[in-house]
Amino acid sequence: MGNKQTIFTDEQLDAYQVRRRLHSRYHELAPHLVPMDYTNEPDCKLPLALIVDMPELKENPFRNRIVESFSEDGMGNLSFNEFVDMFSVLSEMAPRELKAIYAFKIYDFNVDNYLCKEDLEKTLNRLTKEELTPEEVELVCEKTIEEADLDGDNKLSYADFENMISRAPDFLSTFHIRI
Amino acid sequence: QITPFCSQGDEDFRENREKENRGKRRNGERDKKKRENGRRKRSSKSVSEPETSEEDDNEEDGNNDGEVRPELLSPEELERLKEAVDEKKKLIQSLRGKPWPMKQKLVTLRESQQFVEKYEGALGKGKGRKLYAYKVMMTKKWMKFQRDFENFKTACIPWEMKIKEIESHFGSSVASYFIFLRWMYGINMILFGLTFGLVMVPEALMGRPYGSIPRKTVPRAEEASAMDFAVLWDSGGYAQYSVLFYGYYNNQRAIGWFKFRMPLSYFLVGVGTVAYSYMVVIRTMARNANESGIGDDNSFNFSWKTFTSWDYLIGNPETADNKFASITTSFKEAILEEQESRKDDNIHLTRFLRVLANFLVLCCLAGSGYLIYFVVRRSQKFALEGLENHTWWERNEVNMVMSLLGMFCPMLFDVISTLENYHPRVALQWQLGRIFALFLGNLYTFIIALMDAINLKRKEEKVVKYNITMWEASFYNGTGSENSTAPPITIHPADVPRGPCWETMVGQEFVRLIISDTMTTYITLLIGDFLRAVLVRFLNHCWCWDLEAGFPSYSEFDVSGNVLGLIFNQGMIWMGAFYAPCLPALNLLRLHVSMYLQCWAVMCCNVPQERVFKASGSNNFYMAMLLVILFLSTLPAIYTIVTIPPSFDCGPFSGKNRMFDVIQETLESDFPAWFSKVFSYASNPGLVLPFILLMVLAIYYLQSTSKSYKEANIELKKKLQMVTHNSENFVIFLLCSFDLILIAQKRILFTQDGICLILQY
Repeated sequence: MGNKQTIFTDEQLDAYQVRRRLHSRYHELAPHLVPMDYTNEPDCKLPLALIVDMPELKENPFRNRIVESFSEDGMGNLSFNEFVDMFSVLSEMAPRELKAIYAFKIYDFNVDNYLCKEDLEKTLNRLTKEELTPEEVELVCEKTIEEADLDGDNKLSYADFENMISRAPDFLSTFHIRI
Repeated sequence: QITPFCSQGDEDFRENREKENRGKRRNGERDKKKRENGRRKRSSKSVSEPETSEEDDNEEDGNNDGEVRPELLSPEELERLKEAVDEKKKLIQSLRGKPWPMKQKLVTLRESQQFVEKYEGALGKGKGRKLYAYKVMMTKKWMKFQRDFENFKTACIPWEMKIKEIESHFGSSVASYFIFLRWMYGINMILFGLTFGLVMVPEALMGRPYGSIPRKTVPRAEEASAMDFAVLWDSGGYAQYSVLFYGYYNNQRAIGWFKFRMPLSYFLVGVGTVAYSYMVVIRTMARNANESGIGDDNSFNFSWKTFTSWDYLIGNPETADNKFASITTSFKEAILEEQESRKDDNIHLTRFLRVLANFLVLCCLAGSGYLIYFVVRRSQKFALEGLENHTWWERNEVNMVMSLLGMFCPMLFDVISTLENYHPRVALQWQLGRIFALFLGNLYTFIIALMDAINLKRKEEKVVKYNITMWEASFYNGTGSENSTAPPITIHPADVPRGPCWETMVGQEFVRLIISDTMTTYITLLIGDFLRAVLVRFLNHCWCWDLEAGFPSYSEFDVSGNVLGLIFNQGMIWMGAFYAPCLPALNLLRLHVSMYLQCWAVMCCNVPQERVFKASGSNNFYMAMLLVILFLSTLPAIYTIVTIPPSFDCGPFSGKNRMFDVIQETLESDFPAWFSKVFSYASNPGLVLPFILLMVLAIYYLQSTSKSYKEANIELKKKLQMVTHNSENFVIFLLCSFDLILIAQKRILFTQDGICLILQY
């Protein structure tokens, strides 16, 4: 890729060149499956295993959840449009609200539209590679729910999550992938 | 299971469209997306030309639905159509922010664009159609131009790929240093442009050439050694008598064929560099403050750690491992703090230790300040005895001592700070503060020593002035038989006795300091990082213990130390730029080389940090330090400009009583008479003092209103906490939170509803 532009601006998402570049990345993942031109509206979807192998995602502890939350079938099979969607939401230029929506989806492991204790435990264990003792995990989950839960149902709804994440100074800079 | 997504979507949405029957306007920004859709959908069209696919869309859609003739629509219907178009335009604008699946977004978009394409032309028919179509075309062209320009601007940002690479290996904190370095490079480029273009180039091109007048010529005594590398490196010889230093400039009021006012330009450029720097730093601080938001750090500690601590940019396994470890450590710390906050023991011992540590640090700072002073005094003595008699060390003592102190004292502070037992972030801020004080103290001692040297030179000046008058008198007496109207005997400028030039001396000192600082940094980098890495890598095979895991192992990139070094370097530039116009150019070169050298060194010799430093919180901390340094470094320059008379024999202000007299002179001679009258009224203390008072009052007012907003914010937050525990007051909770959002984001103090509701509650 000779293209020097790596900043994923809003305009560039629409731009012919960036889509071309993303398409070549998509194609690279499975050259025999992905056709080179899209004029016939091919319907190919790449499986989860291929996508999480990308260098940008390989080290991310949430890579499976990321790909699953952008896939329509929830199983992680991404079409090209969903692929573009994923990187566009994770880019620098996506608005904060949009990122918050998808962050909520990512951390919601059991897909019940609430971040319950089990979701938090799973998140924490992925983050620390299970180095914390169960009591410590328990304490952190309790404190998290105590801090962010506004409606008192012992789990975080989207409103709670959004309220908490909108004040986070690091959110925009960490929830960001450059491609 | 996997169906061609378009055809299925098509059927769904076509039904909706027929039901809706509304017009949609195309947004120029969504052009390309539509073209992509068009490309994919129309199998018969080629991939390259966007424009052709649009027209194809038009033709097809035109055939699908019935034609709408605007002439048949009544004015109200036309109006409604226009409104519907506007509404759809808003939808398209907000489409990017909607969390719909991509498919749905694309289809909705395509629908809108197709329909608008049909109606846009239609709406334009009738009165002013041509103008309307022209306007639309110009808007499209303008948007395309803007987009291309944005792309071009992004491609122009230098070093972006390098920084991205570093970011993926080392995380956002190390990358923030390089982004800061790049920002500094931008500032220095502007400063360089100002000094080079408005001071150095005019004098070089239009001023009198080298060798024409005494101040521009190397004195006869120094001529033999003027070209030696050692002398040039020390900024003596030909380097001293060139546009690089203050002393070369002639005090002629206007030079060249278009009467360039050299002294005025010199003065204004000096003032302008400071003003520009202030403006840029404050603007960046304000922008950072806005972005960092209104959140306080304590209320969501664990939530933020859980959801925002993983840096999605990390793509390197080693960095990822370190990040996992640092997240774990950070959680353990927070847990420990939470548990510890419930018990506090031995607070007296902790306090005693902290006081002791601070005392030690103060001793250290005082000791280093005295050492610098002592060394500077000694070098003054050496200078009096003649520099050639002393060794290289003795000649460069001051700079070496300052650089060495800067290297070893921070390590000492680090050791002392283990006594204090602070939270690591707090400890880091103390560390930065102490290093800052160290550098400041050293710099100011240096300046005081410099002031002594200046005073010495000025005394010398008086003596030299007297001697020169004697010399001239004797010279003319020797040829006294001629009339006084006889042409004077020409003397070669190199032979004329010269007055001392304290400004050039100051400039030279700064240049020497910068050069020695740069050399020290690079040598430390090469030895401390590169050599160490080489040794660890190659000696590891034949050493008793594991060099890579234990001591010394590979070095980490010291973000805070490097940032502080950069800030202080810039401070020295600001201080010395008035007396040595070459300093911004030198700094530009230095930053350029630093960027490449440090990028290479980081990738080659450093390992990612154990404790990955949080980049966001310290952005404004560094800017605040930069602002303090800017203020402190412009003070000495301003002091010297205002109080000390310029040398009589060198520089653009020679012959004047004070340097700022050039302004007065310009006002009197170059501007019409009424202007100088107005200016003299404006600079009347009776007017200036009330103005300053007014500004102070305004600052006080703004400060107090912002304090009251903050307090209101806290109050409402408390109320929100109280309210949320009662679930039956959910409605009030919603409205309270709405108020909170309003206050936080729009900074409106109270809404009437809010007051009523809270009062009700």
